[in-house]
Amino acid sequence: MSAEKTVKFRSKSRKERTTRILIYILLTIMSIVWLIPFVYLVFQAFRGESKSMVNYILPKKWSFENFRILFKETNFLSWYKNTLIIALFNAVLQTVIVLSVAYALSRMRFKGRRLIMNIMLILGMFPGFLSMIATYFILKLIGLTSENAIPGLILVYAASSGMGYYIAKGFFDTIPKSLDEAARIDGASRSRVFFRIIMPMSKPIIIYTIMMAFIAPWGDFMYASLITFGHEEAYNVAVGLYKWLDKEHINSYFTVFCAGGLFVSVPVTVLFMALQRYYVEGVTGGAVKG
Amino acid sequence: MKKVLPKIAAGFKKVKNKAHSFIHMKEERELEYLGLTPARRKLHNIGVFFLTIPFMLFSLLKKIPLLIGRFFAGIGRFFAGIGRMFKEGDFKTRLSFVIMGFGQFFRRQIGRGIIFLAMEGVFIYYMIGFGFGYLKGLGSLGTEAVTKTLNKYGLEVLTYKDNSLKILLYGVLTIFVIVGFVWTWYINVKQNYTAQKLIEEGVRPKSFKQDVKSLADEQYYKTLLSVPLLGIVVFTVIPIFFMILIAFTNYDYSHLPPEKLFGWVGFENFKTMLSTDISGSSKFAFTFREILVWTMIWALVATFSNYFLGMFIAICINKKGIKFKKVFRTVLVMTIAVPQFVSLLLVSKMFADEGIINSLLQKLSVISDKIGFLSTPTLAKIMVLVINLWVGIPYLMLITTGVLMNIPSDLYESAKIDGASGIKQFTKITLPYMLFVTGPYLLTSFTANINNFNVIYLLTAGAPKTMAYDGGAGQTDLLITWLYSLTVTNNDYKMAAVIGILVFLVIAVISLIVYNLSPAMKNEEDFQ
Repeated sequence: MSAEKTVKFRSKSRKERTTRILIYILLTIMSIVWLIPFVYLVFQAFRGESKSMVNYILPKKWSFENFRILFKETNFLSWYKNTLIIALFNAVLQTVIVLSVAYALSRMRFKGRRLIMNIMLILGMFPGFLSMIATYFILKLIGLTSENAIPGLILVYAASSGMGYYIAKGFFDTIPKSLDEAARIDGASRSRVFFRIIMPMSKPIIIYTIMMAFIAPWGDFMYASLITFGHEEAYNVAVGLYKWLDKEHINSYFTVFCAGGLFVSVPVTVLFMALQRYYVEGVTGGAVKG
Repeated sequence: MKKVLPKIAAGFKKVKNKAHSFIHMKEERELEYLGLTPARRKLHNIGVFFLTIPFMLFSLLKKIPLLIGRFFAGIGRFFAGIGRMFKEGDFKTRLSFVIMGFGQFFRRQIGRGIIFLAMEGVFIYYMIGFGFGYLKGLGSLGTEAVTKTLNKYGLEVLTYKDNSLKILLYGVLTIFVIVGFVWTWYINVKQNYTAQKLIEEGVRPKSFKQDVKSLADEQYYKTLLSVPLLGIVVFTVIPIFFMILIAFTNYDYSHLPPEKLFGWVGFENFKTMLSTDISGSSKFAFTFREILVWTMIWALVATFSNYFLGMFIAICINKKGIKFKKVFRTVLVMTIAVPQFVSLLLVSKMFADEGIINSLLQKLSVISDKIGFLSTPTLAKIMVLVINLWVGIPYLMLITTGVLMNIPSDLYESAKIDGASGIKQFTKITLPYMLFVTGPYLLTSFTANINNFNVIYLLTAGAPKTMAYDGGAGQTDLLITWLYSLTVTNNDYKMAAVIGILVFLVIAVISLIVYNLSPAMKNEEDFQ
């Protein structure tokens, strides 16, 4: 009886061990697949010979030549500066707007609240690019396209950010209302409650909002390509680097693109990794509450 | 006519009876229903849901006259209210019907009075100097684009006159300004009336100082929402409204302002887009249908493949006894962190015909001819779906990891004691729990995938192109990327606007169905 049991037990543990090994193999293969593009990016960025695509991975000559071209011979630095300015402004403006909207809709009850939320839901169902064409004409009207595209882009990002309040509202909804009420009984105004009670408790969501607002402009291609159209000085990094991969440029700019891509990715990635915890909290919170 | 109406009524009755008998039937079969396995029950529920769609539509149709009635009743009440305020108001109130803020001045609400008066001034100035002309032009969108005159040297000089685009845009803007003004005017009148009533009762109306103070307190939402909502109106609502109108014009490459005018064409563009006649001169209808089908397939496959594989990977990483959890997670998260235009553009170059993958495969003599990963139609479609896994799995891994941690562990323990296998635990505990908790996320990610511009545009930009499609569309184009190329490269704004509206309708219908379905899914008690 007992012998039978041990056999059974051992077979189970053996089975578990094989599944574990299988999982390790799977995860390792996956990690490699996931890392390949980044490794490739780094190798290409430091490749000294030939600026075009080549049929081998490891560079024959390592050099910083691509970075030198990037900074000295192209507009990359001004694109980088543009994107950084936009990202910084966006981080401030979008955070203020998102938190304001989320707080108002989560904590206060007023006439038209449901209406506002429903309208924003419906507006969100329109493809974003649809409104972009008219947005472009409106910006052109105020003179914020082409050479003035940077303030224009900041304005557009900030203006439409109010619709992304869901995650922050979901967070505010979880803070007990009794806290507000207690403070209100003690004579605190709504704004005081907002700044003194809710804000200090919302550190994760504030960091999440700032982080997303800062990172988003680095990857925006759609809006930026339209609004900066035809004015190279005003491009952001995405639009600028994208041009280097078209048929005319790719043979002389491929490795420079990789260098530029690396130069953009590293700070964003480091920031992201450092604040990963908040990202996970925000994203799971948002997904779970919908 | 008289004969038809009772027939319709009888028809309605029949439908109603059917609905009743159908619901009755369900009750009778309740025992049978309870005897089904849970999976069968789900199927049954879904079947019932689809069977009830006609009845739902029917009841919705029945509601429409009611809603219209309510709408007009609301308008009636609005005017009745204004009339009553005018009748009962004293001369200060009545005068502020014309001169906004007048009553406020004499009721010691000088701050409010100044604001209202200034608003009226600005509005009148705007309308006379700017708005009225454009509003008048909205009907025709301009009559003459350019005039040629000879200058004193006998040379032709072009003068641009009417610009349809500007007329439409400023016209729309003016409509919004007017709506806003009417609203302000109504508030002004109402405030006067309430202030008058308060004074009659012997209460002093609020001073400007109190007003400002209340904006930080009871009315704090006004402070918080005014700027964001203004931004949304100007940069989202007005543009969408404008583009919806564009769909009813002939604004395209052959009607480009300022050289040419465009005008209203009614539902012409929708007819072109939705016509069932494929052999017609325009291939738009055909292209649209093909791309719509591919968009739906893409959204469905992309959402669910990411969802299940992401969940699978998360379960693997979180399995007890697996080491280096953090390493695996960090590797995956890196794909989220690196901007997509870098990673996806690079991947698209790696899979290009001359790319590194083809070169390596040739070198290792696995293949002799290059594989057109992104340049042969079917393979390109499969490739974008596969590469999308590379993009999407990390997100799902993060989300599902969070949710997995929240599943009460005693559920698994009791399942283990009952001798449930790993697969059984997954299908009976993990999957239902996940589906329940992340149900709303599935919907949002489905709609996000319909509008997934980045992955398609950066990977293939819609290529491979085909002659069978109109409007510069390619085989992997989604509606959203087609919309982009229609506007940016083809200047076919009218068709882009039509597509945008149709995308909206598709998403709205799907969301509506899922929202209606979710009460069945959201059986909260199952998990508490």
